[in-house]
Amino acid sequence: MGGVERSIWIVHYDASSCNGCDIEVLACLTPVYDAERFGCIVTGDPKQADLLLVTGGVNNRNVEVLKSIYGQMPEPRAVVAIGACAYSGGVFSECYNVCGGVATAIPVDVYVPGCAAKPESILDGVLRAAAILKERRVALRSAPRNAKKGSTEEGARR
Amino acid sequence: MIFRTENLVAIGFVVLGPIIGGLIAGVDRILTARMQGRIGPPLLQPFYDLSKLFSKRIAPVNRLQVPFIVSHLIFVVLTGFLFFEGSDILLIIFVLTLAEVFLVLAAYSTGSPYAAIGAERELLLMTAYEPMIILTLVGLYQAAKSFNFYEILASTTPLILQLPGIYIGLLFILVMKLQKSPFDLATSHHAHQELVKGLTADMGGPVLGLVELAHWYESVYLYAIVFLFFSSSMLAACIGLVATFFFVILIDNVTARVKWQAALASAWIITLVAGAGNLVPFYLITRGH
Ligand code: SF4
Repeated sequence: MGGVERSIWIVHYDASSCNGCDIEVLACLTPVYDAERFGCIVTGDPKQADLLLVTGGVNNRNVEVLKSIYGQMPEPRAVVAIGACAYSGGVFSECYNVCGGVATAIPVDVYVPGCAAKPESILDGVLRAAAILKERRVALRSAPRNAKKGSTEEGARR
Repeated sequence: MIFRTENLVAIGFVVLGPIIGGLIAGVDRILTARMQGRIGPPLLQPFYDLSKLFSKRIAPVNRLQVPFIVSHLIFVVLTGFLFFEGSDILLIIFVLTLAEVFLVLAAYSTGSPYAAIGAERELLLMTAYEPMIILTLVGLYQAAKSFNFYEILASTTPLILQLPGIYIGLLFILVMKLQKSPFDLATSHHAHQELVKGLTADMGGPVLGLVELAHWYESVYLYAIVFLFFSSSMLAACIGLVATFFFVILIDNVTARVKWQAALASAWIITLVAGAGNLVPFYLITRGH
């Protein structure tokens, strides 16, 4: 697994999904898919996370929460948007309170397709994000140390 | 300056402690995964995790967190250093307690409600296991007539035969000290959400890395204490250590987390029944010698 980050701690946020994608995310942790063999661990603390998994679209209530979680994550970090809802709002996109996909709030690195997304493709998306994380880690190592703000601007306002 | 073997072992602990501790953690995670029917992470996963944690860029949540955690690490390493250097084990207990207190202070300082609950639970666990630690040392002293690691090590009769009750009590608090279920109230070793992570909530990046590192050091000297009980022959020591290690992981996987009342009560009952129940007759028998 050269070129891929080998330790990926994940924080999972359910924006406004139907829970279908969330169940598939949890399925990744079961013995059948066993995400831990790639070094993936699900944590509840954004400060300890490398990867943000978002399921569901963004609405007017949770947009701030999403930004806050993203803001608390230290660099290097990456975001994976799971399912049709996280891409565009999906079946909920016409709802009065839905603003759209995850990208309307925070930058997204990998989109996982599906409604619901399959565990195999979620794992694939996570590993693609792991490659991005690795690149960022290498880039950050050469970057000046003053860029501590990764962890941060929005996070401090919590 | 004369270098004794003790000094070398103590320095070896400081240098190799993280490697041994990390490997213990790696085997632990694989075994846990296998017990759950999973493949589990690679053996070196704890080292990948640690190197990743240290590469993270994160501002500490306040000015006190880092000094507290660094002090925690220093005192944990000092505990192990003094232990392997052959210092008085009674002194070591105080250093160990101080190390724990620094961790609790660090958790309190973050201001996170999860960390505060974790810190309170850690204090309760300390209350629960401290009596048994003291009884263990008194038992070891009574058997070997010494508070020195190497002199206890040199005792000819296997301590496990003289102190079976003390060993059971030690096993019980080992589960607490290693943050294993059913006593992982303060913080858990597995992937978990806010409340269960407790103590380490709001610690990220390098700060969490230092906590991990301290925990690895800690597990090394905790298993060294277990080793003392089987030290009469190499074979017995290997079997004893592996069996203890396996048992702790098994318990971790087959039990559910208990409430703090149950943790405190059961620890004290075990201390009283197995610990004191072993020590008092043993003291009366060996008193004359
Ligand atoms: S993509 Fe489909 S399964 Fe996933 S949250 Fe949206 S509606 Fe549910």
